[in-house]
Amino acid sequence: MNRILEKRSLNPTVTLMKVEAPLVARKAEPGQFIILRADGNGERIPLTVADFDRERGTVTIIFQIVGAATATLNHLKEGEFIHDFVGPLGRPTHTEGLKKVAVVGGGVGCAIAYPVAKKLHEQGAVVHSVTGFRTKDLVILEKEFEAASDLVCKMSDDGSWGEKGLVTDALKKLIESGEQYDEVITIGPLIMMKFVCALTKNYGIKTVASMNPIMIDGTGMCGGCRLTVGGVTKFACVDGPEFDGHEIDFDEAMARGRMYQDFERHAYEEACNLFKEAE
Amino acid sequence: MPNMRLTKNPMPSQDPVVRAGNFSEVALGYTEEMALDEAQRCLNCKHKPCVSGCPVRIDIPAFIHEAAQGSFEEAYKIISLSSSLPAVCGRVCPQESQCEGKCVRGIKGEPVGIGRLERYVADRHNAMESVTVEKPASNGHKVAVIGSGPSGLTCAGDLAKKGYEVTVYEALHLAGGVLVYGIPEFRLPKAIVQKEIDGLKALGVKVETNVVIGRTLTIDELMREMGFEAVFIGSGAGLPKFMNIPGENLKGVYSANEFLTRINLMKAYRADSTTPIQHGKAVAVVGGGNVAMDAARCAKRLGADVTVVYRRTEAELPARREEVEHAMEEGIHFCMLSSPVSIEGNEQGWVKSVKVQHMELGEPDASGRRRPVPIEGSEEDMPMDCVIMALGTSPNPLIKSTTEGLETQRWGGIVVAEDTGKTSREGVYAGGDAVTGAATVILAMGAGKTAAAAIDEYLSGSNA
Repeated sequence: MNRILEKRSLNPTVTLMKVEAPLVARKAEPGQFIILRADGNGERIPLTVADFDRERGTVTIIFQIVGAATATLNHLKEGEFIHDFVGPLGRPTHTEGLKKVAVVGGGVGCAIAYPVAKKLHEQGAVVHSVTGFRTKDLVILEKEFEAASDLVCKMSDDGSWGEKGLVTDALKKLIESGEQYDEVITIGPLIMMKFVCALTKNYGIKTVASMNPIMIDGTGMCGGCRLTVGGVTKFACVDGPEFDGHEIDFDEAMARGRMYQDFERHAYEEACNLFKEAE
Repeated sequence: MPNMRLTKNPMPSQDPVVRAGNFSEVALGYTEEMALDEAQRCLNCKHKPCVSGCPVRIDIPAFIHEAAQGSFEEAYKIISLSSSLPAVCGRVCPQESQCEGKCVRGIKGEPVGIGRLERYVADRHNAMESVTVEKPASNGHKVAVIGSGPSGLTCAGDLAKKGYEVTVYEALHLAGGVLVYGIPEFRLPKAIVQKEIDGLKALGVKVETNVVIGRTLTIDELMREMGFEAVFIGSGAGLPKFMNIPGENLKGVYSANEFLTRINLMKAYRADSTTPIQHGKAVAVVGGGNVAMDAARCAKRLGADVTVVYRRTEAELPARREEVEHAMEEGIHFCMLSSPVSIEGNEQGWVKSVKVQHMELGEPDASGRRRPVPIEGSEEDMPMDCVIMALGTSPNPLIKSTTEGLETQRWGGIVVAEDTGKTSREGVYAGGDAVTGAATVILAMGAGKTAAAAIDEYLSGSNA
């Protein structure tokens, strides 16, 4: 049981929680994830660590309310407990030796991109952050990115925030203008990461993508999180979650990600109705 | 005068047609009358061949002798001297190749139903209301056990009984390991596993769930910072194996681990579960072990028409005999001497069919079993919408990669001295699937037992 010390809405569908989890906070590194169950009957939800405080023993998670499980999690209040909270899982982001990096985040993926940008910034690397959202109301972590980056490109689909366009437009512009990156790190929707990787492949820039597939145990037991990287089956939970973006079979990953779409939609509607009745 | 009937008392079971639609236990257990009758079939041989077939060396004739007199609690005490999980083993041990395989009565007729008697004795004990467990006085030594499956629970139990302060670390949110995530409710009710774990807690064993050793904590931290003098690694089997054939990552292809975990640990078969599972119409289960049978029978219970695809013949099926029989009774088809060569998908990326190649048996291979040889041009398309791969596992890399000096086999299994479970690291012992690769519950228990004795010797020696 882990206490929620702080809960904040970042936008209408994205919530931040600071959770008391000293054992996890002691070890967590950017790029790693935790798995939680909101209540004793809940699904195991994998969430990437958004921030951590080793001294206070806290771990921050940021999640989008997309289904029944995340809706249940969002129903917990400050001071209440998350039933299970295990981690840190997966391998940390490899940041060693990087001098100049473009961090490309999309939507709630920015919550995961942020600690990576922060760590790179702290180790003295030049960080260019490219952040994209559908619209102004969905923007999260704007100030945080500004503090952790030498340059922030703000993109929105409808032009209501920053520039109108996709993150790939901004990244392309940066590369074309002569910026040379040791690496591009991208975290966001699969379709966005697919196009970021396709773009950087043209320029021969090493690119790492953070994958968030369906998983259950998160420790290398179920094999649900498998994906094809360079023609070989990999397990995101123990081999990743970050992989060489130019080698990932994104189309397969997108198809697998939709495996339970119908079930999820149905369960979400049921959960929403339940919460409505309760209120 | 022993009962000389040639046949065992049959196990009362749920009707196959009924049980194929529910997850309640299939075998219902003996009545007292049946147990007394069956116990009297034992000849109480002096040379006790059955005991040599038991990985934990239960004094089988002695417990059956007590049972035959109706002294079931005495019988339980004799079993408990050697086994910490009798209610579990009575249900899941492959008795036909162990104790019952050696039974003299089996030479002419059927062996004594040792497993069924063990189960009866254990269930009867567990049903008693006030079984008081006395927590032994601490001897001041701390031992950490990694994993709460059969080997870990056995090791923890044996050490706790000797006064060790034992903490069990479990990566999942629920203790029990394969007994809760792998073996289905209809074969091993989870209440039985919980009872065994509660028993250990009453002995003073601490169970810490949601801790992944190799990530949350390392073995070095356990020993250097947290004061554990010895560690037992019982972390179990690891990553599921796949066949590396085209189409394996289509939607509708599961590893048996994932399929069973969704059903058993996450209760996906229940209407109130929030965990999704595909309710396939035509399901192929690839493999022939106990895990394959469990997956096939779960899929059947979710409403599918199920076919087990196995590359050898019925005689070579590695699964426990009773599981194969139960599966057949429940209407599961077996496609023997066949191996998938590819899985085809539809436009939405879901499984559409499995292409299998038929085989014939050739010369025996290293395992002594005749090797299946593909028959050219024998490929056949089987329409399926779900495929479950039950091909075994390869060891989890987490502990190996975070524990310096821990020697492992080329294939990843932890190297141990067979008679002690001692690893290449001082004070670190291991057993179960993490050492042997996928094996049985009772072998893992035997390894946990061996290691507990060795840890006791190691630590009581350091005390002197």
